[in-house]
Parts: sequence; structure tokens; C-alpha cells
Amino acid sequence: MRNIRLIARLDIKAPNLVKGIQLEGLRKLGDPNEFALKYYLQGADEIFYTDVVASLYERNSLLDILEKTTNNIFIPITVGGGLRSIKDVAAILRAGADKVSINTAAIKDPNIITAISRKFGSQCMVLSIQAKWQGSYWEAYYDNGREHSNLDVVEWAKKGEKLGAGEIILTSVDKEGTTKGFDVELVKAVTDSVQIPVIASGGMGEINDVDAVIKDGHADAIAMAHVLHYNNLTIDNVRNHCANNNIPVRVYTLTEND
Amino acid sequence: MKDIVIVDYGMGNIKSIQRGLEQVGASVILSSDPVVITNASRLVLPGVGAFYDGMKGLQNAGLVNAIHDFVRIGNPLLGICLGMQMLLDQSEEHGIHTGLGLIPGNVKMIPESNHGEFSRKIPHIGWTQIKNPGFQNWKGSCLDDIQAGEYFYFVHSFMAVPEKKEYLLAQCEDEGLLVAAAIKRDNITGLQFHPEKSGKAGLKILHKFINT
Repeated sequence: MRNIRLIARLDIKAPNLVKGIQLEGLRKLGDPNEFALKYYLQGADEIFYTDVVASLYERNSLLDILEKTTNNIFIPITVGGGLRSIKDVAAILRAGADKVSINTAAIKDPNIITAISRKFGSQCMVLSIQAKWQGSYWEAYYDNGREHSNLDVVEWAKKGEKLGAGEIILTSVDKEGTTKGFDVELVKAVTDSVQIPVIASGGMGEINDVDAVIKDGHADAIAMAHVLHYNNLTIDNVRNHCANNNIPVRVYTLTEND
Repeated sequence: MKDIVIVDYGMGNIKSIQRGLEQVGASVILSSDPVVITNASRLVLPGVGAFYDGMKGLQNAGLVNAIHDFVRIGNPLLGICLGMQMLLDQSEEHGIHTGLGLIPGNVKMIPESNHGEFSRKIPHIGWTQIKNPGFQNWKGSCLDDIQAGEYFYFVHSFMAVPEKKEYLLAQCEDEGLLVAAAIKRDNITGLQFHPEKSGKAGLKILHKFINT
């Protein structure tokens, strides 16, 4: 088993870090760069930024935040939210991102997955899926959980893989921000259907929540937001918990010089 | 300040590598000028994406000969990720394509495995430990300050297979498969992982590279 990646997820409404419940009712929490730096120093394996208002080219937008982030953070950074074209992706990568996550643009034209993958490599193309349970299946949503796609999440994940996605970030809209735990069934349904890595996102509330989503859901990585932003847990709390519970993670020792 | 030239041929995220090098004290020049590249005191060849696109980028910018000339002068060259794979003779990524031929060997696809003891998903993404397989001493290389077992960030679907084991500087084990993590031949070093994205341990490698 590869090391499970512990990812700090920061939703941004520039210039602020925001957090909602089920992607709604956003509260401002502060300067995203300060939060990102804190998580880097705690030993996060990656940083994941989502621009919830898709304001790529506006003043003081995500591009500015990203440029600041790369000044003092030396771990992989994924950026999503409102990226519509190869040109947008190129701008984000030039500003210092390593990967992009694409949801709305891929639902509207799945060929963009292939185009990004061919141009920048599949490792760069993260398919973002926002999943909502519809009684008998999970439906993929877009525009930050507001719009229906009529796509079955599992089928969409398989199609995304075939089109060239290198990774999937799977957000449970039902669980997101609720701190009631991950949607393990959802994660398992997707990891059982694709061969590319899957990041489970949405619902982490307490430290024991990681066990089921990894052991039963087979997530390759977990994204955490609420528990980190509100100081309920730190990345190293989670890392230590994993190491003590037979979940392989990178061994990272905090040092005073940080 | 140490002057470092990063080969700027339109591939990938050179800003991160630039920032990493600056963080450890380098003064960085991004260049696609063959004269600047040939005469650099140290050269970094970055790259993410497909092998063919990378080589085409170097060819279109007229930089293949410049890199060969640089290597002949004898100063240190560091290839990172795709920049490492392009050091080899050829790659089988989307057809057979010729590389720079600076280190004998090939680039092959990482075999996928979804049964038995190991489940190996492609791409290999994440933090993986490296070790010294015992063909070269890390002392004097850019891994000089690194402890065996340290973790680095990998993201790749293809891997370098040097012709001789003697070129292996470091390996990692990915789900039962030994993968070249670093290769070295004389003044040419290649890293499969991203030192600029591997936190403190990665910065130590960049620091060593600019100071040896």
C-alpha cells in the first residue's frame, strides 16, 4: 500500500479563506496564505485550493494568492475552480500550481480532460467530482454543488479516467462541512471502479473518521478542511493517528527550526 | 550567490523550481538562449508532461546541442522528472522517441497491477522513501545531506531504466517494484521525484546541488 496523502483543502473566495456547510453558507476565515503556511509547517503532503467564485482574472484573485503561496511553501499545490480552457490551466501552472482540478468545464465538454492531459500530462489533470446521493445513485453536481449534471458519479469517474484524468478528487456534497464523517460508500463505489488515485473529500470531523474511508473506502488520499481550519485537529495529529493504526503515511518530524 | 540557469523551453512549472533554488540561496536565470545554457555554471533541466513534447520543445528551441555542449564542458547538470527521463536514450511513452542520450538507457511504462499482493495504480503519486542500492556513494552527489529512507514527492507514469546499474544513485520501491529515483553519470544527475515539492528534504538537495 502506498503512503496515504494528507491534503489540506482551502476553499477561497478571494482574498479570503472560506468554509461552508454542504458548499453553502460560506464564512470568511482569514488569509489563505497564512492557513496554507501553517498546514505546510504541520507536514501536509499537499495543498488543495478551490476558488469557489471562479474569479481567475480579477484583481487580488486566486492567481495572486497562488504566487504568494509558492514563495514559502514547497509541497504540491492543486488549484481548481472556474478553469475553463487550456489558457486558464496554463496561467495557473505558470503561477506555481502543480495540478489543476476541473469540474464544470469537464461536465460541459469532457474533451477538455483529454486536452489538458495531452498538453500538461495526466498527472496534472485532476477530475473534481461533487457527488450527491439521489436515493439510488450518486449524481455529479457542478457550479459548486448548485447544478445537476444528470451524470452517474461512478460512470462519470470511469469516463474521466478513460479520457485521461490522472486523479480524482471526490467531494461528498451531502457530507461536506458537516463533520459527520466521510461518505465511505461513495468513496468505495468510485475506488472500486477506477485504477487512478482517488482523494476523498468532505465530512472529516474527528480523527477516527480516517480509518473507514481508507480501510473500507480504499481512498488514496484524504482532503481535510473544517477540522483543520477550526483547529479541531492538526495534520500531525492525523499523521500520528494513521501511523498508530496501520495506515501507511509519510513519517514527518516537526522540528523547532520550522 | 550561485548563478543557476534553468532551461526554459515551455514545459511545465519552472516557477516552483526557481523558487526552491532561490530559497536555498541561488540566483536563478531562466533561459532558452543556447549560448547562456552552454556556458552556465550549473544547469537545471525541468519538465512535466509527455516525453515527445519535451524533446520537441528542446529541439524547437534549438537547445539539444547546447545541452550536450554544456555537459562536455563538465559543469553539473540536474534533470528533474521529465527532465531526468530525457537524459536517457529513448522513451516508449506514446511511441518510441529519442532522448538526449546523455545516460545510456530507456524510459519504460510503470507496469500496472491490480491483483495479488500489490495494487499499483498509475500514475505513481505521493511521498515515497528512497534508498541507496549500493552502486554509487551519495557523498559528493546532491544527495550528500540526505538520509536513506527520507521521503520525496513523486508523480509519474513512466520510469527510467538505465542500461547499467552503476548509473543508479537512488531507488524507491513502489508496490513491490524497484524504480529509479535518481541516476547519475559523471556530472549529470537526474531525479525522478520533485525536490522543489518535497519540503525541507527536497530543499536540502537543491542546496547541495548549488554548492557542489
